[in-house]
Amino acid sequence: MVAAFDEMNGFGGEVRAPYRALAEWLGVQHLDTLRQKSAEAEVLFRRSGITFAVYGAEEAGERLIPFDILPRIIAAEEWRRLELGIEQRVRALNAFLYDIYHRQEILKAGKIPEELITQNSAFLPEMIGVDPPRGVYSHIIGVDLVRTGENEFMVLEDNTRTPSGVSYMLENRETMMHLFPDLFSRNRVRPVENYPDALLKTLESVAPGNLDAEPTIALLTPGVYNSAYFEHSFLADQMGVELVESSDLVVIDGLLRMKTTEGLKRVDVLYRRVDDDFLDPLVFDPTSLLGVPGIFDVYRSGRVTIVNAPGAGIADDKAIYSYIPAIIEFYTGKQPILANVETYNCREPASLKYVLEHLAELVVKEVHGSGGYGMLVGPKSTKDQIETFRAKLVANPSNYIAQPTLSLSTCPTLADSSVAPRHLDLRPFVLIGDQVRLMPGGLTRVALKKGSLVVNSSQGGGTKDTWVLQE
Amino acid sequence: MLGRTANDLYWLSRYIERAENIARLLEVGYRIVLLPREGEGFHEEWRSTLESAGCLQGYVQRHGELLTQNVIDYMLFDTSNPSSIASCLASARRNGRAQRTALTREMWESLNSAWLEFSAIRPATVTSNSLPELLDWVRSRSALYRGALLNTILRNDTFYFSQVGTFIERADSTARILDVKYYHLLPSSEMVGSEKDNYQWAALLRSVSAHRSYRWVFKDHYRPLKIADFMILNRQMPRSLRSCYDELTAALRDLAVFYGVRHDCQMTAESTRDLLLEADMHNIFQSGLHEFVQDFIGRNNKLGNEISTAYHFSD
Repeated sequence: MVAAFDEMNGFGGEVRAPYRALAEWLGVQHLDTLRQKSAEAEVLFRRSGITFAVYGAEEAGERLIPFDILPRIIAAEEWRRLELGIEQRVRALNAFLYDIYHRQEILKAGKIPEELITQNSAFLPEMIGVDPPRGVYSHIIGVDLVRTGENEFMVLEDNTRTPSGVSYMLENRETMMHLFPDLFSRNRVRPVENYPDALLKTLESVAPGNLDAEPTIALLTPGVYNSAYFEHSFLADQMGVELVESSDLVVIDGLLRMKTTEGLKRVDVLYRRVDDDFLDPLVFDPTSLLGVPGIFDVYRSGRVTIVNAPGAGIADDKAIYSYIPAIIEFYTGKQPILANVETYNCREPASLKYVLEHLAELVVKEVHGSGGYGMLVGPKSTKDQIETFRAKLVANPSNYIAQPTLSLSTCPTLADSSVAPRHLDLRPFVLIGDQVRLMPGGLTRVALKKGSLVVNSSQGGGTKDTWVLQE
Repeated sequence: MLGRTANDLYWLSRYIERAENIARLLEVGYRIVLLPREGEGFHEEWRSTLESAGCLQGYVQRHGELLTQNVIDYMLFDTSNPSSIASCLASARRNGRAQRTALTREMWESLNSAWLEFSAIRPATVTSNSLPELLDWVRSRSALYRGALLNTILRNDTFYFSQVGTFIERADSTARILDVKYYHLLPSSEMVGSEKDNYQWAALLRSVSAHRSYRWVFKDHYRPLKIADFMILNRQMPRSLRSCYDELTAALRDLAVFYGVRHDCQMTAESTRDLLLEADMHNIFQSGLHEFVQDFIGRNNKLGNEISTAYHFSD
């Protein structure tokens, strides 16, 4: 494989401009000092309780996502372009959602095969004709970006359902400012700490109309055993809103209410961090013991806003992904600013043929998978693994998409015996309500294993603080 | 605030208070067991310690015979015992984690690090030499949490429910200690006044950390009537039933003001406090200390149930 683009050194040669101050500083640090700071960071994280649960792990308890103390840095002009591209993309995604749950112009125009929408389990027919406030379906989106060169940023995935990781963006920054105040005096790093405030403003701006008082907002969590529970409680705390479980909620007289020490209280905006399936057992999954019976009726009648809207997941479905450039063009009339990664839909016979012939070079993903589970990274797999995967693929082609194995950019990372380059991606968080609010930063995920391209925390990935520099 | 949140805060405080009380009881029990005495006196000591903690039945089922090492293990580390220090710290932390948003960072960190540090202790490494230090540590962690609460939390329902939990648990604990050891205090023994009784009384005071303050308040030798008075009616003694109810009525009054509604629980707490205010130790002895304490424990439980109903702890 070709050498990867390094965030600090490019393709070799001079240190890139945004990294100069860091490189200078790093040049005079001892490895032992860095290690000690790394250990201090771990103590800080452990004490604050920022942990995640790993699915399927026996001691499902709590683990820390490893944190790497060397930041990932983005120059002001790089960020400006990302900003434009992300805003264009999230507006188009919301326009797309509005359209397919109303007149379905894009299907009539033949830009997307109709059955890809109507036969898709992420498409909720129950949402047809529902009008969410301001026409926004996906209010909080995490856009996964990868980089392969100086100007080559690509969108790998949109997360339009319940993206997580924003608490790491905030806690990583807190930790870095605590450990390396001097680094912040050498670099002009744009702050991210007002995210909770921006989130609250966004949630308030999509409250149902005609309320007598300020809207009451609550954050719905599956509970303390959920892998992102820390983040749920962190955000509720930072915003000063109630953190509720479905058992704290009840529908009475056509309104959503929560059970408080003073009796029942109306909820106007529900920032839910549970999947569609666990929202309302009357509508989505009658066998589910979770959820709030009747909540969907309240939503449909416009008396509560659910954030993100049910059915928003159709916009980040992997089978839709390859149509996103067409979607952007259809709704904005412009070319996409940020490119997609080339993608083969295995449901198309020609694509399937190509994929089967090139399995050893490609990354193959399940259409509905996430978290790095159920995927094949061709170049990193054994012959046996590839053949096992081939059988699954042939049995159910429409369940898979494939992409070329990208040479993700690397960034200096504290490894066992030295500071060494490791591959990474970037998830900025964007809020959509009365306006589009993008935090200058995001979650940088880094594959800590040498050569690994899988950055998911469930697969041995870690995180870094992400610095966007002031102009 | 969610009813579930109030419930978790209330119990979180109770667990922390309970861990501290258990540590104190063990400390006293262990001290007495170390004293030179005839025969199998230590059996009686552990029996009353376990009984005061409400753990006697559970212990007997698990271990049968009363052996010092087993008692220590059961009360410190055994997670099948819901009142062991390990269980209390784990439950407190579980409640705190569920209500992370209600706690300040200082409160959460003291809770979390107490649990982390205690979980790291290997029971086999606790020797009779290190036990007092460990028990001291438990008490200091409880103090740290209470300190964080008092110093950092907003004075709103979060604080009031935490206070209520602490003082209901503390009142219950002091009352149980009294009830198990009340016969040491019966007036007849005042005439005996032997050495043995003397250190039993000292131990009783020690189990509520009051052996030195007793001297300061009464400037006198240990006397049963005064000891009972100190533990039940004295308003200066921070673990007396009277003190607990001063705090309880204050916190419940604050809740009533905060929400603008009074419930049965406010009435009940005030009537119990009035009873303590007006009571006279001679009369209590006359009509029976055991009966008085039993009645108090019943009232205290009733109050807990009324609070849970009034503030929708679970519905």
